[in-house]
Amino acid sequence: MLKAVILIGGPQKGTRFRPLSFEVPKPLFPVAGVPMLQHHIEACSKLPNMKEILLIGFYQPNEEINRFLSCAQQDFKISIRYLQEYAALGTGGGIYHFRDQILSGSPEAFFVMNADVCSEFPLPEMLDFQKEHGDAYSFVILGTTANRKQSLNYGCIVENEQTDEVLHYVEKPSTFVSDIINCGIYLFTPEIFQHIGTVFQKNQQDMLLYYDEGEEQSNGWHRAEVIRLEQDIFTALAGQGKLYVYKTDRFWSQIKSAGSAIYASRLYLNQYHTTHPERLATNREGGPKTRGNVYIHPTANIDPTAVLGPNVSIGTGVTIGAGVRVRESIILHGATLQDHSCVLNSIVGWGSTIGKWARVEGTPSDPNPNDPYAKIDSETLFRDGKLTPSITILGCNVNIPSEVIILNSIVLPHKDLNRSFKNQIIL
Amino acid sequence: MKALILVGGYGTRLRPLTLTVPKPLVEFCNKPILLHQVEALVKLGIKISLSHEKEPLGTAGPLALARELLTDNEEPFFVLNSDVICDFPFDDMLRFHQQQGREGTIVVTKVEEPSKYGVVVYEGDTGRIHRFVEKPQVFVSNKINAGMYIFSPAMLRRIQLRPTSIEKEIFPVMAEEGHLYAMELQGFWMDIGQPKDFLTGMCMYLQSVRQQAPERLRSGPGFLGNVLVDPTAVIGENCTIGPNVTIGAGVVLEDGVRVKRCTVLKGAHIRSHSWLESCIVGWSSSVGQWVRMENVTVLGEDVIVNDELYINGANVLPHKSIADSVPEPRIIM
Repeated sequence: MLKAVILIGGPQKGTRFRPLSFEVPKPLFPVAGVPMLQHHIEACSKLPNMKEILLIGFYQPNEEINRFLSCAQQDFKISIRYLQEYAALGTGGGIYHFRDQILSGSPEAFFVMNADVCSEFPLPEMLDFQKEHGDAYSFVILGTTANRKQSLNYGCIVENEQTDEVLHYVEKPSTFVSDIINCGIYLFTPEIFQHIGTVFQKNQQDMLLYYDEGEEQSNGWHRAEVIRLEQDIFTALAGQGKLYVYKTDRFWSQIKSAGSAIYASRLYLNQYHTTHPERLATNREGGPKTRGNVYIHPTANIDPTAVLGPNVSIGTGVTIGAGVRVRESIILHGATLQDHSCVLNSIVGWGSTIGKWARVEGTPSDPNPNDPYAKIDSETLFRDGKLTPSITILGCNVNIPSEVIILNSIVLPHKDLNRSFKNQIIL
Repeated sequence: MKALILVGGYGTRLRPLTLTVPKPLVEFCNKPILLHQVEALVKLGIKISLSHEKEPLGTAGPLALARELLTDNEEPFFVLNSDVICDFPFDDMLRFHQQQGREGTIVVTKVEEPSKYGVVVYEGDTGRIHRFVEKPQVFVSNKINAGMYIFSPAMLRRIQLRPTSIEKEIFPVMAEEGHLYAMELQGFWMDIGQPKDFLTGMCMYLQSVRQQAPERLRSGPGFLGNVLVDPTAVIGENCTIGPNVTIGAGVVLEDGVRVKRCTVLKGAHIRSHSWLESCIVGWSSSVGQWVRMENVTVLGEDVIVNDELYINGANVLPHKSIADSVPEPRIIM
C-alpha cells in the first residue's frame, strides 16, 4: 500500500506570497479555481493503492485548514490528516519526526511532495520507474529540464544517463552543474528514515561538541531536528546507488510568488481539457464571452457583455458588471468588478471592489515562451532601487475608485484608494 | 476695414496634428481655428485679405508684404496671431485705438505664468506701454501680449520687407516713442498652439459657449458639464461624456465609453468600454476596446490603437498602429 506526504510549510515560509498569504495559508490559495493542495491530493487519490495522505507543516490548526481537510476527505474518499510540527523542522526533519505515522500500516513506499509546486504529477510513472531501477528500496526524485541560467535557482541533479542514477546533487549552486532540476516531488521507501536518522544523530553529536550546555539553542537552524532533504540527504545519497531521477517533460512550475500563481493557473486550466472539462467555461447564451481557458465558479454573477480570458479564474460569489474585461488574472471570492473596468495580469483579493472604468493592470513575469525549458523567474521585489514591474495584487477588501489606474502595484488589505497608483507598494 | 491674420508658421508645436493638416485648419471645438477669428471679424464688416510669404518673414515682415492691401485707405487694420482663442473684442479694440489716437494698440491679458510669453509693462490708467519684455527671467508683470493688434496705416513705414520680429524690433521703438498702447482683455484667453494649451483653451471656450449660447451644448443622461457634439456623431449606450469634450463630425463612440476633457476629431472611432481623459484623437483614428488614454495623449491622423492598451502621454504620428502600451510619456514615430 502507498501513502503520500505533502509538506505545506507554515506562516514564516512563503513570505513572497504576501499580501495574499495574510488571508489564507498559501497551500490553500486557489489555483485554477481550487486550492493549490487539491491538485496534489487529486493526483494522489487516483492511485489505486493510496491509503492515506498526510499533510505536514507548522501552521496552527485553523478554520480554513480544517474545512479544507474535511471537504477533501469527502470529495476524494481518502484519509487525509494534518500533522503539525512543533517548530519548522525542514523538509527532512518533519517527515522524520512523524516517521511512525508515515510508516503505520507498513506502506511499501510513500510520495513526499512540496505543496508549492504545480505539476502534472506523473505518480504512476514514478512507481513504474522505481520498480525498474535499483533495488526494492531505491528512492526516486522527479526531475525536469531547466535552461542553464535558471538551473542555478534550483536543486541540480547530475545523472548517469544509462542507469538514471543520481551521481551528484547540489542545491542552488553558484556555478552551472546540470540542467536537470529537482521538482520537489519524491518517492521514498521506509529505508529513507535510516538515512535521515543517521544525519539526525550526527547533528546531535555536533550540537554537543560545538555548544556549551548553558548556551541558548533557540535559533531554529541549530536544532538537531532541522534536516533538509535537499542539502542534508540527497547530497549525501548521490552516487551511492540508492537515488534515481525520473525525468519528466510534462508541465511543472514552482509557485513562490503571486505572479507564479497566475502562471500555474494557466498550466492547470490547460490540463482541465483532459482531466476536468466541466470546469472550463464555454460561450453560452446569457453568459459572458470567454476566450481561451476560463474557470468560473457557479455562484459568480457575470454580466453577459463581459469578456473573460484567456487564463482567468473567477471565485465564489464574484460579481462582474457590464462590459468588464478580465485577462490573465485571478479574481478571488466575493470581489466586485463594476461596469467597464479592465483587469489584466492581476490578482484581485477577497471582497475587493473595482470601480467603473477603473484599470487594474500588472506585468506578467512569464517564462520565455521561445525556450521550452524556461521556468518562471522568482524576481526580487526591487531592482536598482525601483519596484520590479510585476503582477498587480490587491489584498482582501481593497476598494479601487472609478476611473483610476492601478499599475504594477501591490495594495495591502483593507485599503481604500482615492487616486491612481503606478509601480508602488501601498500600505 | 482690413484684418491680417498671421498663419504662416510650420505649426511644429501642434504636431502630430499639423503633419497632415495646416494649423489654421485644425478644428478647435468643431470649427477650424482660423474660422473662429474670421467669423468674429466678418461681424464687423471686415474684408479679409490673403498674403502669401514665399519665405518666412517673421511676425512683422508679412505686414510689409501686404502693404498695398492694407494702405488703400486711412482706416486702422487688425493684425491677429492665428493661434489665439478668446471672445474677440474687435469693436472694443477699434474704439480704444481711435480714442487714444496713436499708431498701435496691443491687446494684453493676465496669465498665471507670464514668463512663457511676451510681457507688457504699461501705465494702468492710460494704457501707455513703457516696456516690452519677451519671456522674462524674473517677474516683471503678469500681463502678456495676447497676439491681437490694431494699427494705424502710418506704422507700416517702420517695417521693411525682410524677416522681422514685431515684438523684438518694432514694438520697443514704438513704445519708446509713445505710440504703443495696451488694452486689457476681459474674459478668457488661450494660445492654443500646443496640445496641452489646446485642451485648456477648449475648456475655456466651452465655458463661454455655456454662458452665451448654451443650446449649442449637448445635455441629458450620460452628458456631464460642457460637451459639444457634432450632429452627425453617433454615441452608443451607457457612455458618460464630459465635462469639457468636443466630438467632431461623423465620430463614433461605442457603448460604455467614458471621455473627459478631450477633443475627438472628425471621423474618429472609439470602441466600447474605453476611457479617455485629456486627449486629442486625430481624424479617422481608431481607439480599440478597453483602452485607457490619458495625460495629453495626441493621436495624429489615422492612428490605430489596439484593444486593452494603456496610453499615457503618447504623441503618435499619423498612420501609426499602436500594439503595445505606453506607460510613460513619449513620442511614437
